[in-house]
Amino acid sequence: MNNIQLSYNIERRDFSRAGEASSNIKKALRQLGVNSATIRRVAVATYEAEMNIIIHSEGGTIGVTVDVDKIRIDAKDTGPGIENIEMAMKEGYSTATSEVRELGFGAGMGLPNMKRCADEFSIESSKGNPTKVSIIIYQ
Amino acid sequence: MNLREVKQLLDAEVLLGEESLDKEIKTVFACDLMSDVLAFVEDKTILLTGLVNPHTIRTAEMMDINAVVFVRGKTPDEETLKLAKETNIVILSTKHILYTSCGILYSNGLCGANLVTR
Ligand SMILES: Nc1ncnc2c1ncn2[C@@H]1O[C@H](COP(=O)(O)OP(=O)(O)O)[C@@H](O)[C@H]1O
Ligand SMILES: [Mg+2]
Repeated sequence: MNNIQLSYNIERRDFSRAGEASSNIKKALRQLGVNSATIRRVAVATYEAEMNIIIHSEGGTIGVTVDVDKIRIDAKDTGPGIENIEMAMKEGYSTATSEVRELGFGAGMGLPNMKRCADEFSIESSKGNPTKVSIIIYQ
Repeated sequence: MNLREVKQLLDAEVLLGEESLDKEIKTVFACDLMSDVLAFVEDKTILLTGLVNPHTIRTAEMMDINAVVFVRGKTPDEETLKLAKETNIVILSTKHILYTSCGILYSNGLCGANLVTR
């Protein structure tokens, strides 16, 4: 069976459409018959990734590859990158503004949440460079 | 317990989903921080919150939460309601504060949501 690929552009600071990509991904996975517990893990990961691109980056893409045995999520943006990844991965660490917090985000739980949902998790970033997060979830 | 009983106990107004009030619920989660919902909620539950915006609905959608109760008499704007309609989420609004709402539901036998331990 060929794998199925989905890709979504995410605009920076586009709060009005926040979550649309994750919602579409969720619907697509449901149509493909993926079980609901797996879908939920994918949804949390893509939603947090989508919010991070909107809140913290200059914009980017979220790609999802569905295989028979696993689902891969690739979130990429065009910068400005993360200076200290170890710090960013800590629960509660956030550089989000108070405006973002008022929307219910910026609790510093996004990257830890993504990792928690993942069977395999990797993040690549440095100051002045793109951030790439890759997640694999086994079905 | 079903949503109709929740509505009665909280003296709540149904803003959306009158036809779905027979849905059974087993547990409740309450908070204003959407990342906490995404971090901890494991089962199908209902969400009590004072955070009224479309992100609340998106978060509920991601977690398969099919009813949201807005507390402190807050009413959502049109955009929030539109999204809730699209995603089939029942919306209730109660005058009670979060603490009181939780107390009422808890003392009537509804437990807290199961949390993720993985
Ligand atoms: N795509 C990104 N580009 C730049 N910085 C990021 C990105 N994702 C996360 N970060 C940084 O890592 C921190 C922690 O991210 P996260 O755990 O999702 O928490 P939050 O988004 O609530 O701040 C952010 O506050 C931000 O400084
Ligand atoms: Mg985040």
